[in-house]
Amino acid sequence: MRNRMYLEIASISENESFARVAVGAFISQLNPTMDELMEVKTVVSEVVTNSIIHGYNEEPNHTIEISCQLYDGEFDLIITDYGKGIEDIEMAREPMYTSKPELERSGMGFTIIENFMDSVEIESSVGKGTSIHMTKMLSSKKTKVVHE
Amino acid sequence: MGLSYSFTVKENVLVVRLAGELDHHEAENLRETWKEKLYTQPIKHVLLNMEAVTFMDSSGLGVILGRYKEVLQLGGEFVVCSVSPMIGKIFEMSGLFKIIRQEENELKALMTLGVAS
Ligand SMILES: Nc1ncnc2c1ncn2[C@@H]1O[C@H](COP(=O)(O)OP(=O)(O)OP(=O)(O)O)[C@@H](O)[C@H]1O
Ligand SMILES: [Mg+2]
Repeated sequence: MRNRMYLEIASISENESFARVAVGAFISQLNPTMDELMEVKTVVSEVVTNSIIHGYNEEPNHTIEISCQLYDGEFDLIITDYGKGIEDIEMAREPMYTSKPELERSGMGFTIIENFMDSVEIESSVGKGTSIHMTKMLSSKKTKVVHE
Repeated sequence: MGLSYSFTVKENVLVVRLAGELDHHEAENLRETWKEKLYTQPIKHVLLNMEAVTFMDSSGLGVILGRYKEVLQLGGEFVVCSVSPMIGKIFEMSGLFKIIRQEENELKALMTLGVAS
């Protein structure tokens, strides 16, 4: 099955739950396992929250783009913001690193994202924005074969 | 969906029960209320009951770690109970279980904190 979906949302925290529910509904057509569904929802929440907090400093009038593709059981997810960008991507990926400890951030976002997705690529430039490209193989294909 | 929470005091233990989705949007209010409950009563320990939490991300970790540090300062212990397998995975990968004791359910956890039911 081939399918795609594109979503553009304002950078407000109300949209964190909306974004993860929307992406969850989109991948549900492939009958992912409950674990896979929760993992994808968690990842969407992490990345969108990062755009809101770090990319846009919690200013509400900016745009976050979410683009999803399904192709043969592979799920492709790209989340983009046009915010302040990441200076040192290596450091940002380190577990426990956060540039905002005063906000009680734990610095575990990227660690969770990398654990729950098969691949994670970060593209970012200071002053221009950040785009995170992730893929995950969903097990639904296997399950279908078993059921038939 | 959202998040709802209740705070109950049992002897010197603050029992925090969360229900629903704990994300960045919900974290701010929870943090404010939790801090107020912690510092306006004679509390030593905190028991966090996660039984009805259906979603949590790193924003939840931040709130929990923040309160954990405050309870340490009070000389008490922070215990978490009824953690679902998915949230358990997130606790595990963040090393939270290395510092915060986990119990199966509220009753057991209260007993270990010296509260007779
Ligand atoms: N979209 C973004 N724009 C700018 N900086 C970002 C963005 N996403 C992440 N970062 C940077 O990468 C760091 C690490 O991100 P990560 O999600 O791992 O931790 P965190 O958001 O600080 O804390 P947590 O996710 O645990 O609440 C952030 O502190 C921030 O400096
Ligand atoms: Mg984060």
